[in-house]
Amino acid sequence: MSNAMPSETDTQSAVREIPIRDALQEAMTEEMLRDERVFLVGEEVGGYNGAYKCSRGMLDQFGPRRVIDAPIAENGFAGLGVGAAMAGLRPIVEFMTFNFSLVAIDQIINTAAKARLMSAGQLSCPIVFRGAGGAAFQLGAQHANSFDSFYAATPGLIVIAPATPYDMKGLLKSAIRDDNPVVFFESELTYGKRGPVPEGEYLVPIGVADVKREGSDVTLISWSKNVFLTLDAAEALAEQGISAEVIDLRTLRPLDAQTVLTSVAKTHRCVIVQEQHEVASYGAYLGHMITNAIFDELDAPVGLVSTLEAPMPYSKALEVVLLPSKQRIIDQVLAVCA
Amino acid sequence: MDQELVADLYRKMARIRRFEEEAARLYTEKKIGGFLHLYIGQEAVAVGALSVLQDNDYVMTAYRCHGHYLARGGSSRAGMAELLGKETGCAKGRGGSMHFYDVERRFMGGWGIVGAQVPVAAGLAFAEKYKGSDGIAICFLGDGAINIGSFHEGLSLAALWNIPVIFVIENNYFAMGTPLEKTAPTDDLSIRALAYPMARDTVDGHDVFAVRSCIHAAAKRAREQKLPTLIEAKTYRYRGHSMADPAKYRTAQDVDQWKSRDPIKVLGEKLEGLGLKSLREQIDREVEEEIIDAVQFAEESPFPAPETALDYAYV
Repeated sequence: MSNAMPSETDTQSAVREIPIRDALQEAMTEEMLRDERVFLVGEEVGGYNGAYKCSRGMLDQFGPRRVIDAPIAENGFAGLGVGAAMAGLRPIVEFMTFNFSLVAIDQIINTAAKARLMSAGQLSCPIVFRGAGGAAFQLGAQHANSFDSFYAATPGLIVIAPATPYDMKGLLKSAIRDDNPVVFFESELTYGKRGPVPEGEYLVPIGVADVKREGSDVTLISWSKNVFLTLDAAEALAEQGISAEVIDLRTLRPLDAQTVLTSVAKTHRCVIVQEQHEVASYGAYLGHMITNAIFDELDAPVGLVSTLEAPMPYSKALEVVLLPSKQRIIDQVLAVCA
Repeated sequence: MDQELVADLYRKMARIRRFEEEAARLYTEKKIGGFLHLYIGQEAVAVGALSVLQDNDYVMTAYRCHGHYLARGGSSRAGMAELLGKETGCAKGRGGSMHFYDVERRFMGGWGIVGAQVPVAAGLAFAEKYKGSDGIAICFLGDGAINIGSFHEGLSLAALWNIPVIFVIENNYFAMGTPLEKTAPTDDLSIRALAYPMARDTVDGHDVFAVRSCIHAAAKRAREQKLPTLIEAKTYRYRGHSMADPAKYRTAQDVDQWKSRDPIKVLGEKLEGLGLKSLREQIDREVEEEIIDAVQFAEESPFPAPETALDYAYV
């Protein structure tokens, strides 16, 4: 981790409601204005303004030298980005979705994440791999993967998975400034989701979780778009007289264990909500970490709401069965509070 | 013929040869772990190619990397210490035989996944062009790397985006133990350049002067026109794929045929032909002293401290 990690700052008072795609566009635009070394490369990022319009207007503003439309060759342009980072640039590599990152995963895990250690610090690889991850409505099995656990299992990477427009912008800016390779997860389903974002410059620090809702009976932990689902569940639980605290991890690696443990030590019960298959998942690790660290504080085993163990079927009648749902969260909370 | 140049190239190749021979010895003594891929036989490629590049050019290669590291000017002491996993190594014992680095000299490694370094090297050259520098990149790979996706994606982008990079296929005729005729339908490997398209060349990798002029032309194309080149250098490794490989898939006659025009032997004879026998002997002595000193340095160097095992994972 960088010693010069920026602290959370908010120097402006004016706050607007903007969608996540605009928050991401602002983050990239501001960082490219600030630092000539930053450039954006990926499929459809230029002339098409981004497959999900996250780079709208950027080709016009910065030109084709810095906003680069790539052919469909993820291993190629991810690897090219890694080399450019080693040579002193700060690339943002957009994957249209992280489903396609698997054909580039060798460059992320075997090249980017290991360059610094293998060279004993002679090389560094300041690069951001960003794009949509997870299921959206009925994309079918090959376009619904959620690879948070895959990437979070790799030392050498920073893995960020924010939920809100505010966190998306502030964390993407921090990611671009970080000297480590960063995997940055977004979601197709929330690019249009609006939320308050200040007008001016601010950063959200990497590796700091955020308590999105305070509560006293149970701690719910989630990240990425499932934070919204978890907050919905917390609202419903409140109506049943259960006060749930909701922690948004925001960063998976490094994990902000302190915020998690402080909350669970207060509520004594915990449910983790993850859009991950449970076997060998991040949530399973997190549950182990909590249990190991504060076993005596727990009044019940740590609960886990995960994606069920099958590739994602297409039909909407089946997709909802596999994915975490509000009802499954509520049921799990009731179980650990019983 | 410039005598100084002949002597310099001879010294550089002999230095690699002796380094590798000592490495092989240390491996059989179990002082070197893991895999050890020797460059013996291919020295003229790295030495010829890197002798015509600039200090601000990037060099990247695969796992058979000792020769390129030394040809770029890397320290034999730090190289040998790396093989022994010592703190004084060129990657402080974190890299090993396949992952040598000397980033100050823009020697960028040393990579172990076949072909993966191709787009990465294109990225190094891309960055130089982006910055407006006249620096270029050279990327070495083996004949075993030309069928994997990253090779094609890297070359495709280099041609599409006019990237100043030179790709050098060191064709030593074997992808580990599989002969070239089982992995490529033609023994003209640079012909693949036509598809992207980009300039191409084929060179006798045992002729250090031919390698020099070939790379010189490609470097000029890269530097002045910002265009990539694909080069096939036909060469041969005298040892097995790694120290674990007895190379029973080829005949002694095959190896002897290549050895009969060994680039170091040829250049040594050239020096003697120029009436410089004593200079050749002097170089041999100096190389011997350097490599013996490197071995001693490596053996006497400390291992990394256990408490530093997690260092360098993050900035």
